[in-house]
Amino acid sequence: MTRTSPVSDWSVDFDVLDPSYVADPFGVWDQLRARCPIAHTNRRGSTWLPTRYADVTAIAHDVEHFSSLAVAVIPFDGEEPEEPVLPYGLPPISADPPLHTWTRRLLLPWFSHQRVSGYEKLTRELCSSLIDGFIANGRADAATDYAQQIPVRVIASILGVSDTHADMFTGWVRDVLEFADDPVRRARGVEGLINYFLEEISHRRERPGDDLLSFLLQSEVDGGPVEQSLVLGIAALVLIAGVDTTWSAIGSSLWHLATHPDDRHRLVTEPDVMPFAIEELLRAYSPVTMARIVTTDIEFAHCPMKTGDKILMNFPAANRDPEAFDNADKVVLDRAVNRHVAFGSGIHRCAGSNLARMELRVALEEWLRRLPEYHLEEGRDVAWAGGQVRGPRTIPVVFS
Amino acid sequence: VKVRVEPEKCQGHARCFALVPELFEVDDYGMSSVRGDGNVPPSLEQGVRLAIVNCPEFAIEEMLDTEDDSGKSSASQH
Repeated sequence: MTRTSPVSDWSVDFDVLDPSYVADPFGVWDQLRARCPIAHTNRRGSTWLPTRYADVTAIAHDVEHFSSLAVAVIPFDGEEPEEPVLPYGLPPISADPPLHTWTRRLLLPWFSHQRVSGYEKLTRELCSSLIDGFIANGRADAATDYAQQIPVRVIASILGVSDTHADMFTGWVRDVLEFADDPVRRARGVEGLINYFLEEISHRRERPGDDLLSFLLQSEVDGGPVEQSLVLGIAALVLIAGVDTTWSAIGSSLWHLATHPDDRHRLVTEPDVMPFAIEELLRAYSPVTMARIVTTDIEFAHCPMKTGDKILMNFPAANRDPEAFDNADKVVLDRAVNRHVAFGSGIHRCAGSNLARMELRVALEEWLRRLPEYHLEEGRDVAWAGGQVRGPRTIPVVFS
Repeated sequence: VKVRVEPEKCQGHARCFALVPELFEVDDYGMSSVRGDGNVPPSLEQGVRLAIVNCPEFAIEEMLDTEDDSGKSSASQH
């Protein structure tokens, strides 16, 4: 299936699924910032693509004109199917206040700094056992054998579902996020997630545990239980948002360190740089783009936006904006001033950012501890995915 | 130097807490605040400067102590 047709002018006809853009979007962003900082396209509906830090963060803070009721970057190609079991989508990410506010408050304590510290041991053991599985081979796919395997298992543990289904979860999440324009894959992902969580919910009602899913079912809001459709949406969100995103950040970082030996050596020999390096790698290779919907006709930065238009919240491009960052296109591991918005900005700041940072740090620490010398395998390609979440889907590496 | 976190601006990125845990604290909802009365010991001043310029929400405010000590303080944005 051909997903895209060639783009001749990125300012008026951009396509975020264009294969060359998916592999290397940075040059396109630089060009757009210089001559048309908010691009437009009519592909997949009227859609705007801001590329400047100031514009992206201003839109993120204007929740009155830019709603989160539709956040998918890749819309379903055809008539939107009815999903009566998820009337509110996946709150809080797909909600505006007030629904956003209270559903987010239910989730936040599960991803607080203190809670996340409690997941670190599990994450480190997981990383170590994954490396045990391939270290003797002298080669591995740093994406599928390692990065992809980590966040899904930590999230499964938090939700209280079995990590033996990890590959199935990952498949559904990719169907929903990466292949949303393919009706068959999208339907498979949505149905898989919904049916799985409906069954888990009925188990938890009978035998509650100390997990997030049980907590949501036992929570009371305004004197009554949380509607099942909301519990389902929140649980599905935690899985969807917690898998592809962090996996992509870990993969991009391992790819960078494979292709930049000086940076790799520095992280191995100067562990104090790690906290800064984590933020810098998040800035330079921000995985996530979310969408917003224009609520009323508005002229924003000279762009005539119409009600119902989509905005792609290009946090990755904002983080490469030379107006906001010195040497924006260079990875400076110990960058001191780094106000990046890889986790978004404003009221929708990624609720799992503490968890994502811990997973990324631990994944890099364990990899570099065991495999300080590694590089890309010659003659084999790195494959990137883009759209909602950008990251490498296969990274063949060899190590000594 | 005296600082505060503006609660209406903080969105819980926790960058300040990561940089200077001795001075900032975060609650269960991720919201940051300054421990104690906001006065920054000299040993933490450099860290606080770093926290100010790394907050994605521009939520850390430096309070300039006024001479008349009227309880008001002027803020400077960075």
